[in-house]
Amino acid sequence: MTPAELKLAADGGRAVAPEAKPGPVAAMSLRGMTVSYGEKPAIFSVDADFEQGAMTAIIGPNGAGKSTLLKAALDIVPRVSGEVRVHGQPLERARGRMAYVPQRASVDWDFPTRVIDVVMMGLYRELGLLGRIRGHHRDAAQDALDRVGMADFAHRQIGQLSGGQQQRVFLARALAQAADLYLLDEPFAGVDAATEAAIIDVLKTLKTEGKSVVAVHHDLTTVQSYFDRVLLLNVRRIAEGPVRTAFTSDTLAATYGGRLAAAQIEQLELGGAV
Amino acid sequence: MGAEFVQLSLTPILIGVLASIACALPGNFLLMRRQALIGDAISHVVLPGIVLAFLVSGTIAAVPMLLGAGAAAVIAVALIEAIKRLGRIEAGAAMGVVFTTLFAGGVLMLERTDTSGVHLDVEHALMGSLESLIWLEADGWASLTDPAALAGLPPELGRIAIACLIVVVLTWLFWRPLVLTTFDEGFARTIGLPVAAIGFGLVVAAAVAAVAAFDAVGSIIVIAMFICPPAAARLMTDRFGVQVAWSIAFATLSAIVGYVFAGYGPLWFGLYDAVSAAGMIATVSGVILALACLFAPRRRRLGEGRGSA
Repeated sequence: MTPAELKLAADGGRAVAPEAKPGPVAAMSLRGMTVSYGEKPAIFSVDADFEQGAMTAIIGPNGAGKSTLLKAALDIVPRVSGEVRVHGQPLERARGRMAYVPQRASVDWDFPTRVIDVVMMGLYRELGLLGRIRGHHRDAAQDALDRVGMADFAHRQIGQLSGGQQQRVFLARALAQAADLYLLDEPFAGVDAATEAAIIDVLKTLKTEGKSVVAVHHDLTTVQSYFDRVLLLNVRRIAEGPVRTAFTSDTLAATYGGRLAAAQIEQLELGGAV
Repeated sequence: MGAEFVQLSLTPILIGVLASIACALPGNFLLMRRQALIGDAISHVVLPGIVLAFLVSGTIAAVPMLLGAGAAAVIAVALIEAIKRLGRIEAGAAMGVVFTTLFAGGVLMLERTDTSGVHLDVEHALMGSLESLIWLEADGWASLTDPAALAGLPPELGRIAIACLIVVVLTWLFWRPLVLTTFDEGFARTIGLPVAAIGFGLVVAAAVAAVAAFDAVGSIIVIAMFICPPAAARLMTDRFGVQVAWSIAFATLSAIVGYVFAGYGPLWFGLYDAVSAAGMIATVSGVILALACLFAPRRRRLGEGRGSA
């Protein structure tokens, strides 16, 4: 056997498709991701490669499994099958290189804590069980708040924040993790325009720093201006690639079916034939 | 306060305080996780487990009691699942049915069992025997340094002290993961925290506190102490660490004031008998919660938000 075949055998035969061209290792690659919440699969056998240094949007209709795909990739929900590699490594070894921004509504904002304490949670892997919080930890947390424009809110009770401010606190916590790959679940859902602009600024800065960003997104009108790449999902993967080639009227129609009227697709002013 | 206080009141008050603190600490986390019912559940479910452990082992030593309580908890979880699936009954109702049935079964078993040699009967199961945990060998504060007198301390004191110490140390050690998983479970998973194990550990710690406290102060106080001090403390502050400190203060206050009221309160009203200390401690903790609801600085929106766990 050739070394490549040996590798194949060692991986249980689950190697990348043979036609995949050897390129830079993806920030995150998913193979055969299947999750089921009942009898019907929420996502079925989804493959994806989130490119390094790019901003990727995961789009699809409600119930398409966008959030589920992220959660399964992070082991938050159990998967029936599937393999996750982060920068070519298994998930457990790459946890320190990833930061996750959950949906804002997934936590109880009435929890008795302050903004700065939430951001500090992003430093847990560094601090451990009993590690002392030192000056540079506080500086890192404060700096993260600064980057999302929330520097003056450090000592606010989190229950007093608006939705947009809550979302920015969550982003600051992810920034404090100093990760290479940022995974965000609907970061723009229910936030004001100023927050959306602040968040996209931060994400674009991350990209220029060579970090990778993956976001579940549902506003089709901003896909082209915000993102480089797109994954269209509806339980199965419909299309994946650069926005220019993968975000077309055909792929959108295939993803959303009849739910997206042709008129809406036209408004997106996509290149290519309609 | 002299010899009589040391002999008759010191140890019951200490046991009451330690039991209250041991329950209040995990209670804070259970409350914020909207799992307050679990404290209630544990305090009910442990009874048949304790009675069975006594029947099998013939003693009320700590280890068989804990094993019995643990076995009862496992059976309770299995029963709840079975009722939910087979009976197609909603989770809350299934839990309520299982807890009360197991507790009632424990009471019946107690009635039919000869436990005259030990502190284990229906009355003690409900209200404990705090008043009887006196220190006969003591004859003043000097006894605290007298090895012979110390040897006569009620064994319940040592047991609850150890249980309380375990709970305090575990809370201190696992403070960050406990807070993190309580606030944001999904995020906690992504940074590699063993969320399920932490949740399970919390319930086990609560069970240890419940069994040790049950032994001395009965189930009424266990139910009250899991919830009342943390709930009142939540209304005092918007910082979780401060909330936990308040809950310890409220637990201590309830135990001391409750014990004193139970012993002397009726006398002040011209009555002769004392009332149950455990009952009075639980009542005082309820009154503190009521006062906190009316006057505390952060008295809004408690228990609102996400659906119950």
